[in-house]
Amino acid sequence: MPFDYRRAPDPEGAVAAATGWPGVAFLAGGTNLVDHMKLGLAAPDVLVDISRLPLDTVAELPDGGLRIGATVRNADLAAHPVVRRDYPVLARALLSGASGQIRNLATTGGNLLQRTRCVYFQDLTTPCNKREPGTGCSAIGGYTRHHAILGASAHCVATHPSDMAVAMAALDAQVAVLGPAGRRVVPLVELHRLPGEEPHRDTVLSPSDLITSVDLPPLPPGTRSQYRKVRDRASFAFALVSVAAVLRVEDGVVRDARIALGGVAHKPWRARRAEDVLLGSPADEEVFRRAIDAELAGAAPLEGNGFKVPLTRNLAVSALRELSREER
Amino acid sequence: MTDLLRTRVLGQSPRRVDGPAKVTGTARYAGDQHVVDPAYAHLVQAEAARGVVTGVDVSAARAVDGVLAVLTPDDAPRLASTEDAELAAFQSHDVAFRGQVVAAVIASTREVAREAAALVRVEIDRQPHDAHLGTDRDDLYAPEKVNTGAETDTSRGDVATALAHSPFTLDQTYTTAWYNNNPMEPHTTTALWLDGDLALYESTQGVHTTREAMAKVFGLDPERVHVIAPHVGGGFGSKGTPHVHTVIAAMAARAVPGTPVKLALTRQQMFSLVGYRTPTIQRVRLGCDAAGRLASLEVDAVSQTSRIKEFAEQTAVPARMMYAAPNRRTTHRLAALDVPVPSWMRAPGECPGMFGPEVAMDELANACGIDPVEFRVRNEPDVEPESGKPFSSRNLVACLREGARRFGWEHRDPTPRARVESGWFVGTGVAASTYPVNRTPGSAATIRCTGPRRYLVRIGAADLGTGTWTSLAQVAADALGVDFADVELRIGDTASPKASVAGGSSGITSWGSTVVAAAEAFREEFGDDPAEGDEAGAEMPGNDAGDTYAMHAFGAQFAEVRVHVDTGEVRVPRLLGVFAVGRVVNPRLARSQLVGGMTMGLSMALHEHSVPDERFGHVVNHDFAEYHIATNSDVPHVEAHWVEEHDPHTNPMGTKGIGEIGIVGTAAAIVNAAHHATGVRVRDLPVTLDHFL
Ligand SMILES: Cc1cc2nc3c(=O)[nH]c(=O)nc-3n(C[C@H](O)[C@H](O)[C@H](O)COP(=O)(O)OP(=O)(O)OC[C@H]3O[C@@H](n4cnc5c(N)ncnc54)[C@H](O)[C@@H]3O)c2cc1C
Ligand code: SF4
Repeated sequence: MPFDYRRAPDPEGAVAAATGWPGVAFLAGGTNLVDHMKLGLAAPDVLVDISRLPLDTVAELPDGGLRIGATVRNADLAAHPVVRRDYPVLARALLSGASGQIRNLATTGGNLLQRTRCVYFQDLTTPCNKREPGTGCSAIGGYTRHHAILGASAHCVATHPSDMAVAMAALDAQVAVLGPAGRRVVPLVELHRLPGEEPHRDTVLSPSDLITSVDLPPLPPGTRSQYRKVRDRASFAFALVSVAAVLRVEDGVVRDARIALGGVAHKPWRARRAEDVLLGSPADEEVFRRAIDAELAGAAPLEGNGFKVPLTRNLAVSALRELSREER
Repeated sequence: MTDLLRTRVLGQSPRRVDGPAKVTGTARYAGDQHVVDPAYAHLVQAEAARGVVTGVDVSAARAVDGVLAVLTPDDAPRLASTEDAELAAFQSHDVAFRGQVVAAVIASTREVAREAAALVRVEIDRQPHDAHLGTDRDDLYAPEKVNTGAETDTSRGDVATALAHSPFTLDQTYTTAWYNNNPMEPHTTTALWLDGDLALYESTQGVHTTREAMAKVFGLDPERVHVIAPHVGGGFGSKGTPHVHTVIAAMAARAVPGTPVKLALTRQQMFSLVGYRTPTIQRVRLGCDAAGRLASLEVDAVSQTSRIKEFAEQTAVPARMMYAAPNRRTTHRLAALDVPVPSWMRAPGECPGMFGPEVAMDELANACGIDPVEFRVRNEPDVEPESGKPFSSRNLVACLREGARRFGWEHRDPTPRARVESGWFVGTGVAASTYPVNRTPGSAATIRCTGPRRYLVRIGAADLGTGTWTSLAQVAADALGVDFADVELRIGDTASPKASVAGGSSGITSWGSTVVAAAEAFREEFGDDPAEGDEAGAEMPGNDAGDTYAMHAFGAQFAEVRVHVDTGEVRVPRLLGVFAVGRVVNPRLARSQLVGGMTMGLSMALHEHSVPDERFGHVVNHDFAEYHIATNSDVPHVEAHWVEEHDPHTNPMGTKGIGEIGIVGTAAAIVNAAHHATGVRVRDLPVTLDHFL
């Protein structure tokens, strides 16, 4: 489809260029959007190129946190010394995603807003409520290996594919958004939606909302973090299940625990129930197991992806075990 | 028996003749050929697995600026022959599988063609389809023959009684998945009509086979079809038989007279239009005595074919010649489904067919408490079990022993699930490989002296990236008794004499024998000091040794497998293969073929899996983000070796063919190693982590 291409001079200009166009899309690295245009999945009539906006820096904040510009490339973010030193969970999540070439193009904003890899969503010839509301969900009763076990609905069982977003969810990241009505901040864990009855809406943003940056709050001294991803081959594959874990243990007792799960839900899944069990409990294997079991009590696997329940359990326990061991 | 060629250049490793052009990007593949002002075609596919096209609305497509023509079943010209239903493009309104081509748009650019193709509206009166493969079907049938013309069923002795009297028995069912050939270069055709002649730049494994097929489809004298394919970016069988896009490219070029048309399939289209390896279900029954000697061996194989064209994978064929057993039986049954047409994929028959039996051999060896290498050695046959012919050479035992030595097998503790290193279960496994020595008749070659110490050797052979440009020139040099640099080879063009398809690992045997015969004819006529312009030729000579001897290549593959204790992730840190493949023409190229085959075998074992969705009738994970092929990090260490093998019977070079044997047995070795690591026996490929949770 022919489309109009515009390059915005600044964030405000980008939002202005996008406002009032229902068929607008921001073009960042293009590694997801351009694929979708080729597949006929996305047919924007206006493309606003934001890849050259001055949002490509990583800055340390006065409170010790970090502000990551929306157009910072995934490769650059993973290599950033402060990220590597203070937020290893994020560096590892980024490096476990896609391939070197794709990470060189992919941006922070684009990574957060990439769409599900559900094969039926990507195939125009099969029904899909996310692509065409009301047509049905082909994944239910079909190929579900990459689909959700938590928080899905009868209308959609897709997962969000990002690794980076899972790490950011565990880090309590805050997303800065510039929209037609001005600036606002959305906690990352509230950026993506559960499918419910409106699976076509991935996030709480509207098409003319521009992500400008993501802030990471500082981590208290003694906090450890790590990202574990399990996939069907050793590299260049989306997560079947991933775990981002942030843990602080003092005198054998868990003082801070933030866990996010990837590959299991329509959004990066913050495991609050598990965290509740962990907080104030001894950092031992039995507690880890109990914690993750509490989270997985709500799991509703589909035919064909039941293995994700034990996989998530084993992976989370193993990640926590390693973090608490490092502690000693 | 033939006298083997004296070797000077054979056995050396000259670098690829085509290497510099390929690494500098100047080698022209089918889509890169310069033609004047080409148009581009894009295909429209059926979105139903069975039905009848009741209407094709092309008005929106035609309205797009740059669209030149649209082909549909309503108005496409009639073809001269529709005998090959796969090639009968637009000749009927019936839809026989999802993804079948129902229209094609021709436009001034690739983008316009693709854009307009999306605007073609195809109405299909859908009928219920059936895409379920299973042994639970009551309409499985026995084909007349299976691929390569082999018998459908065979039987010797009395398997039932032998099994009943065996102290150790096995009765298990194994499955291999649906796999799609995915060469790097998508199937591409550039077609041009000139004064009634059809010229095709084609990505094909055989220019002459393409010529013959197209001549038939279009009712042309074969001499009027010219096919050119200097370089082919992989085929793995999927470019061995012509597929419908070639016909459509030619039809498209006819629809825009005077304009060449380029047609390249998308990766997604390749999953339904260029053949694939059928899934197989293999029931294996074995019985042996306490010493591990097989008394009974049975393989019953079930696979699928399309309803419009039969392809019968010869899955049970390798079981007919691998091991000795007085009582034996093999069968093949097919389900004809509303699915795309299956076809050749690297080592059809042997590749899937050595999975079930080689895992079964491991299971039975374990049951008897015999080392799996030794177990295989004990079941070595003296002659080919079913035909009773002696082997021209058979060095499976040498491969097993040499492989065991190199791999460090002797210190192996056979106990499963007994080793954990840094959170990973560790195990090792072995399986055998085999592949027949195929020769395809029908090739011819000419040799011409083009100057002092210059020889032009012409034969319409193909180089799929395998190295033919180099290896066949080596054969020619030794056959003529000249230096490698003195030979100029010309292949990949129907302007050169007829040659058989590059398939069945038969290239060097068939083309090489032909070139050797042509060199003999040339020397006989012109001696050692020919004049410029002297030319002689020959056709491939017969070889009656095949009446006397059974000819096969063999190999043994060893794998180390690690399975993560918590997550079940599977890794193969090490693969080692030892092969007996006759004389090796070019060790550098041979190693690359064998390592490539083994890597593809690893990929089949762990990753590759076309997921058919029976509700729709197509493969749903039809791109490279979802159809996983092993990445570099999945393949840390693959070693290929060979044993010296002198076989005077196969052909004048003493070769056996190396293109396919590398993929045979790899998956079984990996499954066997995974069992040794974890105690879990996987019988269904691929070996994914969920098996171990
Ligand atoms: C083969 C393959 C494998 C991959 N594997 C992985 C993997 O293992 N793990 C993983 O996490 N990812 C993986 N990816 C996905 C990759 O990370 C994403 O494609 C990439 O991060 C998207 O970023 P981009 O800048 O290219 O986004 P684009 O394609 O430019 O945009 C994506 C979407 O975000 C919107 N958008 C972009 N920036 C903004 C902004 N600032 N504000 C508002 N909207 C915006 C666009 O309009 C579009 O809708 C893979 C991709 C491919 C193709
Ligand atoms: S899971 Fe969601 S995205 Fe996938 S087919 Fe169902 S509705 Fe569409």
